[in-house]
Amino acid sequence: MPDKAIVTPPSLDAMGITAAPPRRSEWKRFARVFFGRRLYLIGFIIAVIIILTAIFAPLLAPYDPIQNELRGKLQSPSWEHWLGTDQLGRDILSRIIYGTRISLEIAFAAIFSSAIIGILMGLAAAHFGGWVFTLIMRVTDALMALPGIILVLLIAGLGGRGIPVVIFALGFGGIAGMCRMMCGQALSVKQNDYVLAGRAIGMSNWRIMLTQIFPNAFPPLIVGLTMGIGGVVLGEAGLSFLGIGVPAPNPSWGGMVMDGQRFLLDNPLLSLAPGVAIMLLVFGFNMVGDGIRDAIDPKLRGVL
Amino acid sequence: MASLLDVENLKTYFKTEYGLVKAADGVSFNVNQGEIIGLVGESGCGKSVSILSLMQLIQSPGEIIDGKIMLDGQDLRKYKSNGPEMRAIRGGKMTMIFQEPMTSLNPVLTICRQITESLELHLNMDRLAARGRAIELLKMVGVPDAATRIDDYPHQFSGGMRQRVMIAMALSCNPMIIFADEPTTAVDVTTQAQLLELMKDLVTRQNTALVIVTHNLGVVARYAQRIYVMYAGRIIESGLSEDIFGHPRHPYTIGLLHSVPRLGERHGTRKLIPIDGMPPDLINMPPTCAFLPRCTYKVERCQKEPWPALRAVGDQHYISCYVDIREK
Repeated sequence: MPDKAIVTPPSLDAMGITAAPPRRSEWKRFARVFFGRRLYLIGFIIAVIIILTAIFAPLLAPYDPIQNELRGKLQSPSWEHWLGTDQLGRDILSRIIYGTRISLEIAFAAIFSSAIIGILMGLAAAHFGGWVFTLIMRVTDALMALPGIILVLLIAGLGGRGIPVVIFALGFGGIAGMCRMMCGQALSVKQNDYVLAGRAIGMSNWRIMLTQIFPNAFPPLIVGLTMGIGGVVLGEAGLSFLGIGVPAPNPSWGGMVMDGQRFLLDNPLLSLAPGVAIMLLVFGFNMVGDGIRDAIDPKLRGVL
Repeated sequence: MASLLDVENLKTYFKTEYGLVKAADGVSFNVNQGEIIGLVGESGCGKSVSILSLMQLIQSPGEIIDGKIMLDGQDLRKYKSNGPEMRAIRGGKMTMIFQEPMTSLNPVLTICRQITESLELHLNMDRLAARGRAIELLKMVGVPDAATRIDDYPHQFSGGMRQRVMIAMALSCNPMIIFADEPTTAVDVTTQAQLLELMKDLVTRQNTALVIVTHNLGVVARYAQRIYVMYAGRIIESGLSEDIFGHPRHPYTIGLLHSVPRLGERHGTRKLIPIDGMPPDLINMPPTCAFLPRCTYKVERCQKEPWPALRAVGDQHYISCYVDIREK
């Protein structure tokens, strides 16, 4: 017979454990990690400045970005024109400030539309598996084989031009990547016991997808999303550089780089200034993405 | 009286690249209301698969091939594994406690959200009522300062505390039966004892049946009323706890009991005897008794005839063996 003389464990009260450890606000924790690192802080400040610039462009810009002033073309930086003027005499600083608007508009619209579609596709593929998985993955393969530039060229060739076309093309190109990333994340999250536990308490497929898989698979995607903002801005710049992006005379950073390249030796600032703007934006948003990921990841929270 | 849960000839096979794995191959058992059952066996003998099959949570490539599962008069095999009926049963009538408290709670939701989830799902409680009940449950499982801790995230809990939360979740909808799959393997020994005491206490109070799946004989010895011993996908001995521990009749069970030390035994009075050999490969199962290569009691008949069916050797005591072993 087994020995039944096992000591009954003391209750928690008897051990003097009556109170939980002090509580900390989740927001404070988030802020502590996010703002605790200088690089993230710098990125955050850059991103905020860029967003504010976009919102308050009319108040900030010293000149009209579209108004030609041919008598004062190709000026070097001066007190009147901090970054000089372009070949049509337009103030470069003003054009960059207004360009922020267009760049962000395109970036956010493209990223959000592609993220929503891509994430839903990826979740469905990972959760249902089987033929759903195969179908969705083959569709993303097909999407990946179709470069955004060709799509824009196609639409442009059919007579469509303008900002909506650029948003559509760049967003369309982003779907496949988002879908792939979400699917991979979701597949690995799916292995966790809590997903099985969710099924064991009778949760439906949708509920499991939305409450168990999605929130756990999402944090790494935030990095992808914010980097995507940088990527889309670059893509837009590329399209504008090729002359099929944002139509003139709207100021767009890519377009400005293209316009400036003819004067690269005489007045490098024409291309350089919008180039630096693109770089700062990409850097800022990438840093914000990294910071958010670190700060909301429950696995890193306890450590940092 | 029919029992609460009746499992007959359950067969769950996994189709793998290497062949057909018969993880559960004709498992039959029953659980009465309010009873504590131990399901014992070494790793890979099909304990967890059997339980997951009952809950219809077997994932591809696994598949329930055959068998009858009756819960409280309902034939569970009739329901689709993710259909509304089965979802109502999971969590409502039968729930499960998992082995790893570290990974079986969703890290991004608060404890409150996770406990109230099933309350809202099965009992149609509103948010506020569910929260109140969740706090009550946490108190019941001995989480100190439950009203504050309920808004914490799983990473703010220790392993033992998380397992208490799991127990609270399992009990939340007053299920008829709880399956605990190695509930205490991942926590330290003191916590183990606390959790088992707690579980026993709670299920007795609520008259809930509890099936403890474990490879730890000590765990079932103290708590289970009846025990099923599994080997290579089959149940090879079953009986009352006293019979299994006092008068084991199957060579495997005897081997198991010889190989573990007992509390209170003076050092050196008894030599621990390991069971030689390895558990069989579930893909290439011999037609004969799967324990045969490791058996020290084998007779000629064992080599020729197929794996014997369970036969009664006493009141409620069954073994699947041709040999009649009587230990002093």
